[in-house]
Amino acid sequence: MRYLCLIYLDEKELAAMPEAEMSDLNARHLAFNDGLLASGHFIEAEALQPAAASTCVRVRNGRTALTDGPYAETKEMLAGFYLIEARDLNEAIQVAGRIPSAPTGTVEVRPCRDLEVDGVPRPASRKPR
Amino acid sequence: MEPTADIRTAVDAIYRAESRRVLATLIRLLGDFDVAEEAVHEAFVAAVEQWPAEGIPGNPRAWLVSTGRFKAIDRLRRRAKHDVPLDDVAQQVEAIAAPQSPDDNEGVEDDRLRLIFTCCHPALAPEAQVALTLREVCGLTTEEIARAHLTPAATVAQRIVRAKAKIRDARIPYEVPGRGELEERLASVLRVVYLVFNEGYLASSGEALTRRDLSAEAIRLGRLLVELLPEPEAVGLLALMLLHESRRAARTTPEGELVLLSDQDRSLWDRAQIADAVRLVEAALATRRFGPYTIQAAIAALHAEAPSAEATDWPQIAGLYDVLLELSPSPVVELNRAVAIAMRDGPAAGLELVDALLAGAQLRDYHLAHAARADLCRRLGRSADARDSYIRALALTGQGPERRFLERRLAELG
Repeated sequence: MRYLCLIYLDEKELAAMPEAEMSDLNARHLAFNDGLLASGHFIEAEALQPAAASTCVRVRNGRTALTDGPYAETKEMLAGFYLIEARDLNEAIQVAGRIPSAPTGTVEVRPCRDLEVDGVPRPASRKPR
Repeated sequence: MEPTADIRTAVDAIYRAESRRVLATLIRLLGDFDVAEEAVHEAFVAAVEQWPAEGIPGNPRAWLVSTGRFKAIDRLRRRAKHDVPLDDVAQQVEAIAAPQSPDDNEGVEDDRLRLIFTCCHPALAPEAQVALTLREVCGLTTEEIARAHLTPAATVAQRIVRAKAKIRDARIPYEVPGRGELEERLASVLRVVYLVFNEGYLASSGEALTRRDLSAEAIRLGRLLVELLPEPEAVGLLALMLLHESRRAARTTPEGELVLLSDQDRSLWDRAQIADAVRLVEAALATRRFGPYTIQAAIAALHAEAPSAEATDWPQIAGLYDVLLELSPSPVVELNRAVAIAMRDGPAAGLELVDALLAGAQLRDYHLAHAARADLCRRLGRSADARDSYIRALALTGQGPERRFLERRLAELG
């Protein structure tokens, strides 16, 4: 099964992090990616720019409306994600627990679902396994 | 088929046959469920990578255990570069036990027993014992367990995570209990197995198919236990499950309506399963160290061997209920005994006992007690009393098939 691990971090804390510490965290993320690749869990991962750089798009009645995101005033913001392959939810949770940002932020583990078309479930992802 | 595809099929087969054994041994060697699970995963990844070139090793299980162990040590050393002090890592690596000789089959089977006893440890919550056993011992995924229990996967996942944390934090030992403790701890294991079975057998709502798998899983577990630890009660429980299972085809109509034991088409009973179970019951009884599961199995076996409800050996069944009542007294056993006595001595004798039971507090709200009373009154021609009791039983049950059965009986009274 595929699971999306969403990483939420306190952006203020992240911005205040000393350069050496940030560099170390990033290096650990890259090493972690290599580890996941070797263990067969890795599908995709990205780190995201701060939430201030985000734009929300809505199309209503044929009109496109743009707003600045995010709209919720929460401390922790989406900062990156891993898309992983795991045997089951508990294996996904174990992988999520090893993400280098897990000790400072929150990792949300979400199972992916197939898209059913005419009763036939089809994976949304086009990435080969 | 190209060789790599061949190897992959072989690895899949070895995964199904051996991954639980490999896990059980690696938990002992590495001392931690999560570390061991990771190591099992990595060992199989390595197998897929290396076996196409190197060939499948003569003893794949030993190869997987040893590879998993080295991968875990590697990982610990790699972690040393980052967040863990080198001394701690050295200590942890030191603590990792070396595998015994690879052909030591007895050692491997001991590990499987260790795993079962740890998953069913009484310090864990009952629903956690069930989830952990199904996942770690039977190899079901979290999602499969969740579907079978009609519970969200996230809830089951958290139960499993918490149970593992408790095993780690409370230092629940990874061992088969010694003689002095064995009986009590085995009772806990058998309770989990029977719980899994009944969830698959008794449930009348939801996804019938996935739930039936639970019964099959429980019987597989029961067989494994008997193979590893042939204690009389483990044998008795396996026999009891087989006897229940042998009647599965007959206990509901194709429309899902409930059919009472006395009304079942006995030609639908699985004779091979019954013969298997009867042999087990006799073996368990012969030890003279049997307990309540064996007695229940002996009762079920008498039913299974009877050509009809009337031709059943009711005196012996009533006698076995006396024994059961002594071994594990409970009002439900008393109720069953009363029904057997009604068959032996007539409905009036049974009704007297059931009325006495209903006068107590424990069975007053138990729908089957009222249903039993209704049936006895019906047989005595006391239609008004029967109607009252059917109505009372109906008010106490929520299950669809049971409700419909009671409604039919009520309608038959006219």
